[in-house]
Amino acid sequence: MSYLKSTFRHPESPKNDLGYTQANYEGALSTLCAGCGHDSISNSIINACYELSLEPHKIAKMSGIGCSSKTPAYFLSNSHGFNSVHGRMPSVTTGANMGNRDLTYIGVSGDGDTASIGMGQFMHLVRRNLNMVYIVMNNGVYGLTKGQDSATADVGSSSKKGVPNMYEPMDLCELAISLGSGYVARSFSGDKDQLVPLIKGAIKHNGFALIDVVSPCVTFNNNPQSTKSYEWVRDHKEATGTFDLVPEEQEITVQNPDQINESITLHDGTKINLHRQPDSLDITCRESVLSALEEAKQNKQVLTGLLHLNTDSNSTHDILNTCDTPLNRLTEEDLCPGSDALEALNQSLR
Amino acid sequence: MPTVNHPRIEAVNDFVIRFANVNGTGSASANNMFSKAVFRMGVPVSPKNIFPSNIQGLPTWFEVRVTEKGYLGSRGDVDFVVAINGQTLKQDYETLMPGGYFLYDSTKALPRDFKRDDIFEIGIPLTQMCIDNYTNPRQRQLFKNIIYVGALAYLFNMEFEVLTGMVKDQFAKKEKLIAPNIGALELGYNYAKEHFTEVCGLRVERRDNVGDSIMIDGNSATGLGAVYGGATFAGWYPITPSTSVVEAFEKYANKFRKDEQGKNKFAILQAEDELSAMGMAIGGNWNGARSFTATSGPGLSLMSEFLGLAYFAEIPIVLIDVQRSGPSTGMPTRTQQSDVISAAYASHGDTKQVLLIPCDPAECFEMTSAAFDVADRLQTPVIVLSDLDLGMNDHVSRPLKWDDDRKYDRGKVLTAEDLDNMQERWGRYKDVDGDGIGYRTYPGTHPTKGSYFTRGSSHDDYAAYTEDSSVYEANMERLVKKWETAKDVAPRPQIKYRDKDSKVAAIFFGTSAQASYEALDGLQEEGTKINTCRIKSFPFHPDIGKFIEEHDTIFVIEQNRDAQMRTLLINEFNTGTEKLRSILNIDGMPIRARRIKRKIERMLAGENVSPFTTVNSSAQEVEA
Ligand SMILES: Cc1ncc(C[n+]2csc(CCOP(=O)(O)OP(=O)(O)O)c2C)c(N)n1
Ligand code: SF4
Ligand SMILES: [Mg+2]
Repeated sequence: MSYLKSTFRHPESPKNDLGYTQANYEGALSTLCAGCGHDSISNSIINACYELSLEPHKIAKMSGIGCSSKTPAYFLSNSHGFNSVHGRMPSVTTGANMGNRDLTYIGVSGDGDTASIGMGQFMHLVRRNLNMVYIVMNNGVYGLTKGQDSATADVGSSSKKGVPNMYEPMDLCELAISLGSGYVARSFSGDKDQLVPLIKGAIKHNGFALIDVVSPCVTFNNNPQSTKSYEWVRDHKEATGTFDLVPEEQEITVQNPDQINESITLHDGTKINLHRQPDSLDITCRESVLSALEEAKQNKQVLTGLLHLNTDSNSTHDILNTCDTPLNRLTEEDLCPGSDALEALNQSLR
Repeated sequence: MPTVNHPRIEAVNDFVIRFANVNGTGSASANNMFSKAVFRMGVPVSPKNIFPSNIQGLPTWFEVRVTEKGYLGSRGDVDFVVAINGQTLKQDYETLMPGGYFLYDSTKALPRDFKRDDIFEIGIPLTQMCIDNYTNPRQRQLFKNIIYVGALAYLFNMEFEVLTGMVKDQFAKKEKLIAPNIGALELGYNYAKEHFTEVCGLRVERRDNVGDSIMIDGNSATGLGAVYGGATFAGWYPITPSTSVVEAFEKYANKFRKDEQGKNKFAILQAEDELSAMGMAIGGNWNGARSFTATSGPGLSLMSEFLGLAYFAEIPIVLIDVQRSGPSTGMPTRTQQSDVISAAYASHGDTKQVLLIPCDPAECFEMTSAAFDVADRLQTPVIVLSDLDLGMNDHVSRPLKWDDDRKYDRGKVLTAEDLDNMQERWGRYKDVDGDGIGYRTYPGTHPTKGSYFTRGSSHDDYAAYTEDSSVYEANMERLVKKWETAKDVAPRPQIKYRDKDSKVAAIFFGTSAQASYEALDGLQEEGTKINTCRIKSFPFHPDIGKFIEEHDTIFVIEQNRDAQMRTLLINEFNTGTEKLRSILNIDGMPIRARRIKRKIERMLAGENVSPFTTVNSSAQEVEA
């Protein structure tokens, strides 16, 4: 089945710095269920890329398998996309990133794709600190295979099937923080105001950035007994605070200057100005964040927002000391040592 | 010395010597010194390291075949044993050929039940000599090995300066070690000279039979081939016997691939497993950076799902599979050719994978560098099928050659300019010229043209998802067309007619080739002319089918239990069940020439013999 989307756009749609309208960042019409949280996340990705004025073709969209992993077809149609195999988006993205360090990598995965079949690859991806944005569209179930519990389902939460989950959930944010990720956030598909800046910050961050987005599955896991339903999340959401993202070249006035209690400069000069209440969380401190997450869980709260930020880490290419030119642009002259070198080698083997 | 009731084996430049050592005692470098010394005297050698899956303590053997005629396969049988390992002493004693020589450490007398009267015992008190001459325990252990090499130099009448020259080369950077090593060689040489004059009938004499050959192991040549072939990224997971492929790539890349700022024009990641290693290689190639991975049987199984993705989404991949004895962990440090079918048809659904099958280090180099071109041209995985024998043993090989005018063939890739100049609508999977291969674009090529969605699900010419049966079918059929194209791109078989009218032939591949050629040369001397076809790639070239048609009896010689290549031939050509006759070796040792010859003789004589050349599986005595 393929759907055609209306291409009509208002002639005076606003344009970004590159002269592109938001339409330049859209994708094919979604085939997900109406109301699926995943579609809202796709829209936030579109917004973030548009607002950052990224060249769409300099973005690579990566995914595994699942309803969530289908979404790259529904945003950024001028970007190359790769819908790989179940749970293995991390390795494919790692290879792609090694091959061309100049692209922006946006990976999309599900909670099954990441927290079960792909857990090994996910953890190693984090510890290598690959420069990419990793978005988990977390609905607590396997949507595409019709509603089995996933490893992020909370104890006691039940999907439409009505059987409460009895196994401990995985907290992907806690894992990523403990494995050294420098940018970890949690959000809600229904909260665009929070999610769009989080995606923008993740793109700007040099290194691995995780955004775990609670994204209700309206078909299999949106019942009142589910802790991944719209209703439950709206009622139990707490935020760590808000922030502004200030690109290097731009000196914009922030909305609430009094409330800025920290300003952190990213790799490319972009600033993240954090606004929080005086008694709230210090997100630069791993230990405090981990205990805040545990505490929130005990209070049946979903702690959202930017959970952890540490700009002081080396990405995979930094660690490997790879050349600045993307590897895929090197030619015979750069790569082949030639016949004289080979003859010298032959000589040493006689 | 007790009287021996058997004529001694006498030979010049044509014998097999076996060193029986304990793993981890430094014997490998001494044994290599011996074999390289023979090579430097202009005589071809074929060393085989037979080692355990262990770091220290278990038995290990090193067999060196001295072969004036340049037969580099395994011959079978042992003429001379250097028995330094107490654990295998009896076994080494028993398996020696009548008339052969048994060199042992006579610090302790041989046990009473060692009473063969058909071999020549050469006792040298190696341990005692070391105690007398060295104080440091490590030195005592290491020099024991050097002392027996010195003794061999005397016994075989070798040029002593060749050995001292090798010591000087080896320790050029640690000069302090030169004198004591030469001292140890002299100790052994002089002892043998004093006690065993005229005992040994084996000789190494200078010849000019190695020409400009080199000595290198297949994995080093493979790693170097990847550097020359333009590989920029390797994702891998350690497994014997493939590990040294990536280690060699790293070594040579560090040597040849630094930019002006000292940064690497390559990247290597040790993955968390083989699934990830293959995923990484796929991602790199998707982006147009030549990427590869290397593994062995167990890893190949893990990569299977991804190989299907690469096949169906048409992503070039180079995979080096250095085969070892399976199934499962099998005998992980022993050789076999038993991944033929799992590689050829790797993955679920209808898949076929391109194989390149080298038989010596020069081909490892050539085929690995070519594999990147073939993969890019065909936009599909290419598996280089090597094995432990080829990969981990040193081989005398033609020198490696590179043509500086050679340009990498990156296959059908569109640039931004191409996209701008295109009249018709571009389709990633559209076959516009009949070779079954579409044009691809690398991510980031053009702001508005050329993006597409890579997926393992069914897609149409334009890479859009489809569940339309006819579109799916057409796509699958196009992949068959591409498979036909592959037959012209992959290396042709090497077919040799010893007699145009002969109806008897042999088919073999990879490391079975050397021993097979030798066996057939022997048969030819006796008047039996057998034509040969060495398979170098899959898909099979039609010439192989023709070759099968031309002959009535065709021996398919391979190193696995289930006759996998024979099965593949029957399956692909839909013929040959009657005339394709197997000769098989599965003991984990390289297949031996003498046994192939004897087996063919018996089969041609009409005897009803088992296909196995190995002891247990044939349930028959193995003859020489
Ligand atoms: C190797 C393999 N095993 C199983 C499947 C079947 N499968 C497809 S999607 C999926 C689960 C997806 O769940 P999740 O990642 O949470 O995505 P969602 O659909 O919920 O967005 C499974 C088990 C598969 N495609 N591949
Ligand atoms: S099944 Fe659930 S996750 Fe899948 S598209 Fe429908 S609502 Fe979304
Ligand atoms: Mg899910």
